[in-house]
Amino acid sequence: MNELDALFHGFAIALTWYNIGMMVIGIVLGIIIGVLPGLGGPNGVAILLPLTFTMQPTSAIIMLSCIYWGSLFAGAITSVLFNIPGETHSVATTFDGYPLAQQGRAGEALTASFTGSFFGALVAVLLITFLAPLVAKFALKFGPPEFFAVFLLTFCSFVGTGKDPFKTIISMMLGFGLAAVGMDTVSGELRMTFGWSELLRGIDFLIVVIGLFGLGEILLSMEDGLAFEGKSAKINTRVVLETWKKLPKYWLTLIRSAAIGCWMGITPGGATAASFMGYGIAKRFSPNRDKFGTGQLEGVIAPETAAHASGTAALLPMLALGIPGSATAAVLLGGLMVWGLQPGPLLFVEQKDFVWGLIASMYLSNIAGLIIVLSTVPLFAAILRIPFAIIAPVIIVVCAIGAYTVHSAMLDIWFMLLFGIAGYVLKKLDYPLAPLVLSLVLGDRAEAAFRQTMMGSKGGLGVFWSNGLVGTITTLALLMLFWPLLAFAWRKLRRSLGGDADSAA
Amino acid sequence: MGLPIYKFFNNVCLRPLSGALLACAIATPALADWEPTKTVEIIVPAGAGGAADQMARTIQGIVVKHQLMKQPIMVINKSGASGAEGIMDVKDAKGDPHKLMAAFSAIYTLPVAVNLPFNWRDLNPVAMIALDEFLLWVNAETPYKTPKEYLAAVKAAPPETFKMGGTGSKREDQIITVALDKVAGTKFIYIPYKSGAEAATQLVGKHIDSNVNNPSENIAQWRAGEVRALCVFSAQHMVYKDKITANQSWADIPTCKESGVDVEYQMLRGFFIPSGTTKDQVAFYVDLLKKVAATPEWKDYLAKQALKDVFLTGPDFVKFLEKDEAFHNKLMNEAGFAHKE
Repeated sequence: MNELDALFHGFAIALTWYNIGMMVIGIVLGIIIGVLPGLGGPNGVAILLPLTFTMQPTSAIIMLSCIYWGSLFAGAITSVLFNIPGETHSVATTFDGYPLAQQGRAGEALTASFTGSFFGALVAVLLITFLAPLVAKFALKFGPPEFFAVFLLTFCSFVGTGKDPFKTIISMMLGFGLAAVGMDTVSGELRMTFGWSELLRGIDFLIVVIGLFGLGEILLSMEDGLAFEGKSAKINTRVVLETWKKLPKYWLTLIRSAAIGCWMGITPGGATAASFMGYGIAKRFSPNRDKFGTGQLEGVIAPETAAHASGTAALLPMLALGIPGSATAAVLLGGLMVWGLQPGPLLFVEQKDFVWGLIASMYLSNIAGLIIVLSTVPLFAAILRIPFAIIAPVIIVVCAIGAYTVHSAMLDIWFMLLFGIAGYVLKKLDYPLAPLVLSLVLGDRAEAAFRQTMMGSKGGLGVFWSNGLVGTITTLALLMLFWPLLAFAWRKLRRSLGGDADSAA
Repeated sequence: MGLPIYKFFNNVCLRPLSGALLACAIATPALADWEPTKTVEIIVPAGAGGAADQMARTIQGIVVKHQLMKQPIMVINKSGASGAEGIMDVKDAKGDPHKLMAAFSAIYTLPVAVNLPFNWRDLNPVAMIALDEFLLWVNAETPYKTPKEYLAAVKAAPPETFKMGGTGSKREDQIITVALDKVAGTKFIYIPYKSGAEAATQLVGKHIDSNVNNPSENIAQWRAGEVRALCVFSAQHMVYKDKITANQSWADIPTCKESGVDVEYQMLRGFFIPSGTTKDQVAFYVDLLKKVAATPEWKDYLAKQALKDVFLTGPDFVKFLEKDEAFHNKLMNEAGFAHKE
C-alpha cells in the first residue's frame, strides 16, 4: 500500500488554493486551445511553457498538464457541433458525433464524449498510480516490428468496416500517397516535392482534415439550400442525467477503448491512433455495427475514451522512463529539464513530491475538467442557433486561421481550400474519408517502422512472428483484415454442409 | 545522487544570484546602436522537445527572466524535412533582423544530402555558444567495457549483424557510424529513428546494439544504469566532474582516440540571422548571447546537458564554420551520402 500513502501525500500537495487555481486556469486555457482547430495541445503547452519558468515545478506541471487535459476534453466540441475536429485525436469523434448533432442530440453526444473521456483518463491514472514501473518496462519491448504490427492492426481494423471495401482501400491509398510527401526519414531523401521548397515540410494532416471535414461539410450544406442541419442542442441537468443512464449499457466499449488507449499511450502510438483504433474496433464488435456513422452514442464514446486514456497514459513512460509518449509529453519533458528536474527512471525515487503531486492532480483536474466542460456546453450549443448564413463564413475564417497556425504558412490555406473541394467531391461519390485521414496520420510512421524492420531483418518477413508479442499482434491484424472473407467462407461452408445433410435426409 | 546537487544549485546558487543579476541587467543600459522593434522569433529547425529546442527555450527563459531585451522573444519550431523547412524560412527572410536561427550541423549536411539550395554563407553568422559531444553507448547488460572490446565483437560477427541506431539518415549519427566502420573495419546496420530519445529507448529495449547519442539524449538511461558509455568522440575528456552515476562522471569517460578508435566528432550549437542585416543588428545579438552565456542558469544548463562551453563570434566563428563545413563535406562524400541526380 505504498502507492496509496504516496498518493495521499500527493493530494496534500495538489490541494492548495494556489495549485487548484492553476488547475482551473490550465483547464480553461486548454478548452480554448482544444476548440480552435490547428492549435493543439503541443503548441499550447509550448507557448505557455516560458510563463512557468519562475514557478515551482509542481505547480508548473499541474498547470501545463491541465492545459493538456482541457484540450483533450474540448477537441470533441467542434467535432460534434460543426464536423470540424478541434484536435487531431477528435477526427474519429466526428463520424458519429456530427450526425447526432444533426438529429438535435448534440447535448447527448457531448455528455457521452466528455464522460467517456473522463472514464478513459481515470483508468489511465489508476494504471499510473499502481503499475507505473511495471508497465513502463512493457514499453521497452516495442521495437520497429512491434510498432509496425500495431499500425497494421489499426489499418486492418478499418478495411473491413466500410460499405465498399474497394472504396475504403482506394481512399486509404490516397492517404498513403499524401503522407509520403516531404522528407523520408529512413533514406534522408526528399520525395514528391518537385523541387518546390514549400512542399519540404510535407502535407500536414490537420490541414487536410480541416479542409475535408470542415469546408467539405459547409459546401454540402450550401447545396442543401443553406439550411444548417444542426438543431439547437439543449444541455441541462436532465440531458446529462439521461445520457448517464444510457452509458452503463456501453460498458464493454468503455473498457475496451480505455484499454486500447492505455496501451497506445504507453507504447507510444499516440492519442490519434488510439482514437481511430478505438472507433474501428468498437464498430467491428458492436451489434449495431451497420448503424455506425449515422449517429451512435457508442461511436462517440469509443474514440473519445481511447484518446483521453492514451493522452493520460502517455505521461507514464515520460515519468517512469524519460521517454515522451506523445508530442505534448515531449514538450513537458523539455519543461522538466528547464525546471531543474531530470526525467527518467530515477524521477520516482528522487522527486517523490513532484511525481505524486502530479499524479494526485490528475485525479482532481479530470474531475474539475469534466465539471467545467459540461457547464460550458450550453455556451457552445447556443452557437448552433445562429443562422447558417452568419455562422458559415465565421467557420471558414476559423478554419483558415487554424490551417495557417499549423506552420504559419499561407500555402496551407490554399491546400485547405483544395481539400475542401476534394472532400465535397469524395463525399458525393460516396468514398469514405476516414481511411484517408487514418493513413495520412499513420502512413509515415507505419512506413518508417516497416523499413526499419526490413533493415534489421535484411528483408525477411519472418521477423513479424519472431516473438510472442509481435506474432500475436500481426496474426490478430491479419484476422481482422480477412474477417469478412472468413465469415463468408464459414457461412458458405456451413450452408453447403447443411444443404448436403438436407438432401441426404 | 543528483538530487542534492540540483537542489543545492536551485536553492542556494541560482535564486539569490539571479536576483542580483537582474538588478545588474536593469542598471546597465544596452550598448548596441540597434534594438529589436518587434517580437524576436527564434527559429528552431527541429522538433519541440529535442536538444536544439530545449536550448532555444532555455535561452528564451533566461532572456525573459533577466529582462535582457525590451521586446518579447518567441520560439518557433519548423522541423519539416529534417529542419530544411526552418533553414529555408530564415534564408528567405532576407533583411529581417527579428529572426534568429538555432543552427546545428544540418546546415552542412542537408545541402549535400538532398541538394538543398542553401549554404551557411546565405545567412549572417552571429555566434557559436556551445559544442555538443557524441558518445558511443551500449546496453549495460552487454559484457563490453571498452570500445575496443565492442568493436572487436562487431568485427568478429558476420557483417551486418550488429545494429547501430541514430537520429535520421545521412546526418551526424550516421556519419559517425560510417567513420567507425572505416576505422575499425566493421560493418554496422544503421537504423534511422525520428529522434535521439527514440534511439535511447530502443537501446534499453535491446532492439539495437549501440547508439552514438549526445549526453543529453542518454543521460536519464545512463543514470539509471541501463546503458554504458564506452567513449566520447572528442579530443579531450569532458570537464564535468560531478558524479552522474554511482561511480562515474562525464569527465571519467575516456576519449575514443585514447581507447584506440580514432574518430572525432563534435557538433556546433550556434545562431544566425538572415542576410541583408546590418553590423549593428548582428552586434546586438552577439551582445545578447554574451549576456545569456554569463548567467548562472546558462552554466547550469551546460553542465546538465554536458555541453562544451565554447563562445565564438566574428572572424573566429567564420573560420570555424569554414573548417567545419570542409570536414563535413569530406565525411559526407566519403560515406557516399552526397545527393545523386
